[in-house]
Amino acid sequence: MYKLGIDVGGTNTDAVLIDENLKVVASVKQHTTANIYDGILNAVRAVLDQSGVNRAEIGQAMLGTTHCTNAIVERKHLAPIGVLRIGAPASRGIPPMVDWSPDLRRIAVQTAVVGGGFEYDGKELAPFDAAAAAAFFEELREKGVRSVAISCVFSTVRSDHEVEAARLCREIMGEDVHVSISSEIGSMGLIERENATILNASLYQVAQSFTEGFAQSLADEGITNAQVYLSQNDGTLMTMDYARRYPILTIACGPTNSIRGACYLSRLKNAVVIDVGGTTTDLGVIQNGFPRESGVAVTIGGVRTNFRMPDVVSIGLGGGSIVRQREDGTVTVGPDSVGYQITEKALCFGGDVCTATDIAVRLGMAELGDRALVAHLSEDFAQKALDAIRTLCEDSLDAMKVSSEDVDVILVGGGSIILPQKLAGARSVTQDEFGSVANAIGSAISKVSGTYEQLIDYDKTPREEALEKAKAEAAELAVAAGAIRETVEIIDAEDVPLQYYPGNTVRVKIKAAGDLA
Amino acid sequence: MRKIGIPEIEDIALGAALLGAGGGGDPYVGKLVAIGAVQECGPVTMLDPDEVPDDALVVPIAMMGAPTVLCEKAIGGGEYKTLYETVSTFYGKPIYAFMPIEAGGVNSMLPIAAAARLGLPLVDCDGMGRAFPELQMVTFTIGGGSATPMAMVDEKGNSCIFRTVTNKWTEEMARAVTMACGGSVSVSLYAMEGRFMKEYGVRGIVTRSETLGSAIRKVKETAGKTPEEAFLEITEGFRLFKGKISDVLREVRSGFNFGKVVLDGIGEDKGKTAYVEFQNENLTAVVEGRLMATTPDLICLVDTETFTPVPTDALKYGKRVLVVGLKCFPLWRTPEGLKLVGPRYFGVDTDYIPLEERCKGGC
Repeated sequence: MYKLGIDVGGTNTDAVLIDENLKVVASVKQHTTANIYDGILNAVRAVLDQSGVNRAEIGQAMLGTTHCTNAIVERKHLAPIGVLRIGAPASRGIPPMVDWSPDLRRIAVQTAVVGGGFEYDGKELAPFDAAAAAAFFEELREKGVRSVAISCVFSTVRSDHEVEAARLCREIMGEDVHVSISSEIGSMGLIERENATILNASLYQVAQSFTEGFAQSLADEGITNAQVYLSQNDGTLMTMDYARRYPILTIACGPTNSIRGACYLSRLKNAVVIDVGGTTTDLGVIQNGFPRESGVAVTIGGVRTNFRMPDVVSIGLGGGSIVRQREDGTVTVGPDSVGYQITEKALCFGGDVCTATDIAVRLGMAELGDRALVAHLSEDFAQKALDAIRTLCEDSLDAMKVSSEDVDVILVGGGSIILPQKLAGARSVTQDEFGSVANAIGSAISKVSGTYEQLIDYDKTPREEALEKAKAEAAELAVAAGAIRETVEIIDAEDVPLQYYPGNTVRVKIKAAGDLA
Repeated sequence: MRKIGIPEIEDIALGAALLGAGGGGDPYVGKLVAIGAVQECGPVTMLDPDEVPDDALVVPIAMMGAPTVLCEKAIGGGEYKTLYETVSTFYGKPIYAFMPIEAGGVNSMLPIAAAARLGLPLVDCDGMGRAFPELQMVTFTIGGGSATPMAMVDEKGNSCIFRTVTNKWTEEMARAVTMACGGSVSVSLYAMEGRFMKEYGVRGIVTRSETLGSAIRKVKETAGKTPEEAFLEITEGFRLFKGKISDVLREVRSGFNFGKVVLDGIGEDKGKTAYVEFQNENLTAVVEGRLMATTPDLICLVDTETFTPVPTDALKYGKRVLVVGLKCFPLWRTPEGLKLVGPRYFGVDTDYIPLEERCKGGC
């Protein structure tokens, strides 16, 4: 039985095959195509040819893709939607999408704020105004809208009003209407959660197209026995059906997969991952085998959201970064890059631009292109360039750490040859032959997870009891997502005391993950 | 008199975050409330304090409660009308204008929303010129003003107005009402006459916030100066230290965030160390063992690249910050002011020496 992992990035589509013992048996890198289907098909075909594996023996296929991010950033293929918020008389002071740019706000055909919602302790703020919601859904049906985003005040504490509204929506607009409810998408913070829900609703056609494209390319290649999954941005997987309902969760899965893949290759559970590409370098952190999440609000295409995202810092340094000498003798590297044209423009490939890769070749750090073509670069110049690269990298590495203690570092990505083998602040630096396809590996080895979040008063429910209950809830959510019950473990648990609250109220957040059935 | 629209709100929010001196909380939700109100009801008229008649009723607007609750329930929009009616009825005369109580966080934004929704003017004046953690820490206390009669309303339409005998009782009652109403309420407090506001208020604070916000936004466009020089010139700030955060110590005690952030020098300060202590807001800045600034002067940490303010809850290892001191409102430097917000009130055992004197002879 084999796992097939695929990662569709902006430039490359990578594919890997992994056996039962999670060993990489084949890996390929292909150009991403405008039509997702061809790029995936090429990569799948190439990796199968390389390995000679019997197609019937592929039991699982996982896809990580940037489609949703691109759709939002480029404002393409976004579906017209309806936006319902339950929460009046609260929350009316901030209408939905109030600070969105006008070109993106257009995706909402109609918005409404109706009565309902809850207080922080689960008390009803107002009864759910079903009549107003029904009238809104009728209007949407007449306008031909097929996707609806529903949010509700404190739905992270109690989701009944959202669930009731979703039922009503299907009753009026038909069973096939696409309904996104905020309690299943975001965490505390109505506006950010609602924003993520609205984006999710507008992505349903994009999700349909890439899930169908993926399934089609697998079927056409004769891979018919595989269970098919999509990568989420927290390093775990979701089913095709789930991905069609929650496409927003695929956002930023690329960096996450690369961090997870690096973790797998190095066998390190705690480390900083430096992923060097052609133009940029992404730095992320592995904590207990999973990417560290960002603590600040995440902005996608100018929209502020609050859902989980890996904490990644990007710097303008890569294999194609352009190296220049200033008049005062100092040497700079990047942030501009020759990008994918490196095989034409870099000196060592016969081009006329000095890139970071040329420095690595000149200093004997990499065997690439023709070494004679970079022999004219002076040792002093090359060393100065390497120092500049080192400084850029070490400063960012330092910024990712949580204390001054040295950390283990894992280098991945096609451009990692440009980095020196020793970095200040790094206890060790690890590299692997499959490091350049770490993201596809990360996709292939992902687990499935469930997250539980609630406000709890420890004076009413003792801490131990409350945490046990929360952990059990999280584990159930993981099993519901497809995990084998016996393999489920708690991968993240936090309880944050809330100041200004009476008693001893805390926000408890538990995440559980397990192996795929 | 001038108009405050959406571009002005963006700048005021950014500038007020700087004047929050590390505290005040994230103004984001407050900004959305102000933008929502202005989009619906049109721009707000802002008055200079001198444009307000002496006997006019001027009312500061703020919110009380947990920021996390505000981020979930936001503002209904009807609160300000209820506040208006409650306060006007109590005093037997109409409210003439609204004003902020502090610069920093959501409270710098909500009075703009109130003014827009009621069609009343906003006065360019507040009671702190920065942010402070306790109810009595306003310049109006120096003039004998009282927080009560204080009006509180929630988004459901519940309202009350009450008087207390001490500030301690005000805190107690306000807390009880806030919790009963679901964790966040809109309030009016320190209601006053125009003449009192003119005598004790911090004048021009909204304009100052806006100027600072606009300066931070445009800091990289200033010709002939480095962004840092431009930033220090516009803020009239004293450059105290530039460093990388090497440690953050935090503790929550009786509803306040206490802590200390330790900095290793970078750039011109390489080789030196410094630390800043805070209680919600930054209290002291010590460079190489020497006390360089204390409350009530403002100690602000900003990002070394973007010059955006870094609040105490966003401090983390590895972040590069510039520590800047700003002079506080002169009334805070009087004996009465220092009794309320001086270093000793916050448990820092030192006399208050003005920032500019501490910084004499270089930082």
